[in-house]
Amino acid sequence: MPKLRGHAWAIAVLLAAFALAPSFYGNHSVLFSMAAFVALAEGLNVLYGFTGYLPFGYVGFFGTGAYGASLAILAGTPPLLALLVGAAASVVLAALLTPLLRLSGAYFSIASLATAEAMRLIVSNPALTPLTKGPYGLNLQAAFHPHQSYWAMLVILALTLALVSYLRLSPFGLALQAVREDPVSAAMAGVPVVYARSAAWLLSAAVAGSVGGAFAWHLSVFYPQTVFSLSTSIFAIVFTLFGGAATLLGPATGAVLLYALYTAVGLSAPQYFQLIYGLLIVGLVLFLPYGLTSLLQRRGIHVP
Amino acid sequence: MFLLEYAVLAGILYGLYFSLIGIGLNLTFGVLKIVNLAHGDFLMLGGFLAYFLYSALGLSPLWAVPINLVLFVALGGLLYALLIPRLRQSRDPEMASFILFFGLSQAIEALAILAFGNNQRSLPAAAIGPGTISLFGQVFPLSWAAAGAAGLLSVLLLYLYLYHTRLGQATRAVMASREEAVASGLSVGRISALAFGIGLALAAIAGVFAPYLLGGISPNMGVAVTTTSFTVIVIGALGNPVGTVVGGLIYGLALMLMETYASSWATLLPYLLLVITLLIWPSGLLGRRLRSA
Repeated sequence: MPKLRGHAWAIAVLLAAFALAPSFYGNHSVLFSMAAFVALAEGLNVLYGFTGYLPFGYVGFFGTGAYGASLAILAGTPPLLALLVGAAASVVLAALLTPLLRLSGAYFSIASLATAEAMRLIVSNPALTPLTKGPYGLNLQAAFHPHQSYWAMLVILALTLALVSYLRLSPFGLALQAVREDPVSAAMAGVPVVYARSAAWLLSAAVAGSVGGAFAWHLSVFYPQTVFSLSTSIFAIVFTLFGGAATLLGPATGAVLLYALYTAVGLSAPQYFQLIYGLLIVGLVLFLPYGLTSLLQRRGIHVP
Repeated sequence: MFLLEYAVLAGILYGLYFSLIGIGLNLTFGVLKIVNLAHGDFLMLGGFLAYFLYSALGLSPLWAVPINLVLFVALGGLLYALLIPRLRQSRDPEMASFILFFGLSQAIEALAILAFGNNQRSLPAAAIGPGTISLFGQVFPLSWAAAGAAGLLSVLLLYLYLYHTRLGQATRAVMASREEAVASGLSVGRISALAFGIGLALAAIAGVFAPYLLGGISPNMGVAVTTTSFTVIVIGALGNPVGTVVGGLIYGLALMLMETYASSWATLLPYLLLVITLLIWPSGLLGRRLRSA
């Protein structure tokens, strides 16, 4: 099992880095966001890398998780339990949206974008103020706990990495990739196509939902546009494409490198980053469609 | 009854305008089999051109219509040459183009924010012509009628181009089957480049009326406009110009009825209509073939 050992090492190193980093680097909210984006990119990878469905509206699950968890916290649930509520809310939303998987390619992506925008508009609608506080956002300061929420984020990250690793090594992950390449042949070979796709869809939503919950807990004060911002989807997509989808290390590398760059150059003018990421997407599609890891894979090197 | 009549007439004017918003996207999709996700951003650029013509030079925004036509057909040719031949070589050109145009849309939005600032601009009603227009006893701003007329005219001209000129016939041949068009010696590249340019120009022309009908122009309006256009052409049928008008009218009427009777939920409409249409009529109301994008 040399491959399994490689995966275990990769996960251990990444987690150890995130666990030790707070002692060396003072800005913990940057570390938290980086861990969150690694998990989000890997969650998107579960769906896009292994099934080929690219959800532009991935942030819809993130936001739903954030609101689900936060409303649970405000209702008096202990935060750690509330994260499960957030994940469950996203899974329920994904289950309701399972029919979207009947669409393919661009139709799926745009329909998913539409549902994320619809979720944002529903949550922020003034008519629902008694339930969701509408456009005024939520305040969780009573439960604010940066330390605990950081560790909760690392647990979520560990579970997500383990999930991607499982897909990368197991027959189930192989079956998913077979469905991605050719659904008809995969069905002929005995792969339960609908079940496999739906499972990946729900798992991917659960990842985004729990990350969203932890994010909301860490941030503690936020508005609908904070957690339903389209740029969250864009980040997750860019990180995944840049590193290389359908691998364990690709999306994580992409997220760590590009998010570090994002923080280093400065958050003061987000437009420059929107510009750079936009052009990066264009360049990647034209010149490096399978990401950084494909440079190694092309030379016959196995990447976890 | 009075309110309903107003909503229906306004819905028709808006509907014709929404056909104009959608038809360029539909043409690009039909000919190139590419979803131009930056469609809304080109509309925004066309709107800014009209804005600066008026605010800097004092010209009527309507002058932006011919200028946009020339400018954006040229821009389309340039972008086509830069991007599309390379895209065609990738393993899954449709999905690749989709991601690529998403990136392009983000880049355009960022550049527009850097150039114009991140706030909404609008034009005074008088810029386009004085007063109001009365239709069947209801009074509407002149700009709405102008936008409706522009929509109707653009669809008619596009129809004449596609069905009554040789170049249009060749364009339809590429729409029907790219391979066979290549095999019969048509210069598919040039035809596609022109169709792409016309698609962008139609978006930019629609942008001229955006300050009036979409409530203003701002650099970050692109995504919402693209979703709206996509909704319009999906309700009709992809690749079918007549379908775009049907889609536009249904969308316009639905929007006006929502604005009249349930205004706080009206912004939700495009997204709901899109998802519902895709799930119930996957090939559009007028479509016969199943989608394969």
